Amino acid sequence: MIQTIGDCLVITKRQLLQLIRVPEVIIFATIQPAMFVLLFRYVFGGAISSGVQGGYVQLLMPGIFVQTVAFTLAGTAVGLAEDMQKGLIDRFRSLPIARSAVVIGRTIGDSTQNIVTLVVMALVGFAVGWRPSSGFFKVFLAFLFLLAFGFSMSWIGVLIGLSVREARVAQNLVFISVFPLTFLSNAFAPTTGMPRVLQYFAEWNPVSTMVAACRQLFGTPNHFGATANSWPSQNPLWMSLLYMALIVGIFLPLSVRKYKNASSK
Amino acid sequence: MKSVIAENLTKTYRNGEVKALAGLSLDVEEGTVLAVLGPNGAGKTTLVRILATLLTPDTGSASVGGIDVVKNPDAVRQIIGLSGQYAALDETLTGWDNLTMFGRLYHLSGSASKKRAEELLERFSLTEAAKRPIRTYSGGMRRRLDLAASLIIKPKVLFLDEPTTGLDPRGRQEMWGVIDELVKGGVTLLLTTQYLEEADHLADDIAVIDHGTVIARGTSDVLKSQVGGERLELVVESHNLSAAVALVKSALSVDPTVDDGMRRITVPVSESSAALVKVLRLLDEAKIHPLDIALKRPSLDDVFISLTGHVAEEAVVEVAKKGRK
Repeated sequence: MIQTIGDCLVITKRQLLQLIRVPEVIIFATIQPAMFVLLFRYVFGGAISSGVQGGYVQLLMPGIFVQTVAFTLAGTAVGLAEDMQKGLIDRFRSLPIARSAVVIGRTIGDSTQNIVTLVVMALVGFAVGWRPSSGFFKVFLAFLFLLAFGFSMSWIGVLIGLSVREARVAQNLVFISVFPLTFLSNAFAPTTGMPRVLQYFAEWNPVSTMVAACRQLFGTPNHFGATANSWPSQNPLWMSLLYMALIVGIFLPLSVRKYKNASSK
Repeated sequence: MKSVIAENLTKTYRNGEVKALAGLSLDVEEGTVLAVLGPNGAGKTTLVRILATLLTPDTGSASVGGIDVVKNPDAVRQIIGLSGQYAALDETLTGWDNLTMFGRLYHLSGSASKKRAEELLERFSLTEAAKRPIRTYSGGMRRRLDLAASLIIKPKVLFLDEPTTGLDPRGRQEMWGVIDELVKGGVTLLLTTQYLEEADHLADDIAVIDHGTVIARGTSDVLKSQVGGERLELVVESHNLSAAVALVKSALSVDPTVDDGMRRITVPVSESSAALVKVLRLLDEAKIHPLDIALKRPSLDDVFISLTGHVAEEAVVEVAKKGRK
């Protein structure tokens, strides 16, 4: 057991070493969400009436944090597909290490990268007027929540990466699935303007419950979400935890099984 | 003691559509080198993957170091090293990063894995490149590092899947040098190759495989004598043909094959250079000037034609295409 944890950490260390050896990756991974913060803040900020004190950026920041960590899945999927293609997974599988170590190490590594991204985004947000009003403890809790969500999404990425075996396919698949998921939510605009069916979808969308939970923790009223008195919109924290548990509960065993049988050719 | 034993292995892909192994059996004596020689798609990689515990066979059994690969794969992984067709390394990391990472994954301590990485980099002449990312390495350097990564725990049995495929002649020579050194150190080695020359150079024993079974087994001398060994080929002008045939026949006491159209005389030779000198001297004395004269070593194609009656590639391209998933 201790050995397995050690093996996971070696793989995690590999991920983090990559960031030092190829810093461009993390730089671009950070510039993009920071740019989104600025674009949304100044393009939509004027057009969408937020109805909260401090303006649109208070509602935007939780949304964009959640969108960013949701995309952890992309890094995991593409990275693993590359490792498959290059035969690295074969080498790992020929080593005397636990079957789960490579994928667990990977998801931890990918989630850890989010720390850097979130810090930079928070600073940019702060610079353009974001002011969480709930106090240090709850803000800290919100960031832990975001990291946990990134970790659980990363497990979906493991299954995708090991299944498609081609980095470019993984990339495309992730974008066409995660982009709609993050936009069909309360992250950037009120859901009340959507067609009825989409409203229901947005209501139950894990991205929405995450965003609502974060707004709650940051002390911002969730003006974009409450279109119905449904359980998820009333209890976003619990619903989000449930979603994370479900995602990990389903995708972790599937991914480990997939990894056991994975073989690059 | 047999270090590797494979018995009646079968493996099919795509619900039986593609038969990669069709009852393959072989063994490797401890401390010796076996080359598995065959064209693309013959089942070489599938065999290595089964022995290295990456795939399970449909039927049949295999053991490495006396341990069953299907029943006890974890124990097998403790004693094997594997270096595949493509250098399986993290390209963004340096050579040093890669080796220390694999050292840790073999459960060496931090300092032991650093020490081992240093030794291996030194041994494979990669010390200077140690701190550079792998993506800046040449093909030969990658392969050497890949091989180094498979030697971290000093494996009892080493599998090399086409260690020189895709390398330029210089890279191939370097790789052969490195493998020669290893073999002197007494490792049991199973390597696959498409090149008869490579098998000849590196291995004690050769197993020729085709369509997933072993079709011939023996030392390279035995195989070559089965194929006919080296041949002397001589091309002369047509008016000299019959004289030259008579001359070759008397010089070597073997009946040559004659291609009238090509004006080519072919004759199997045992002591090839002596035979070449002898024939040249006699031709000179008889004032016959050869248009072309050469010693031909049997190629993989020759081996295949003589063992199976078909050319290697043809059999294979089709299967290889199907084999791609």
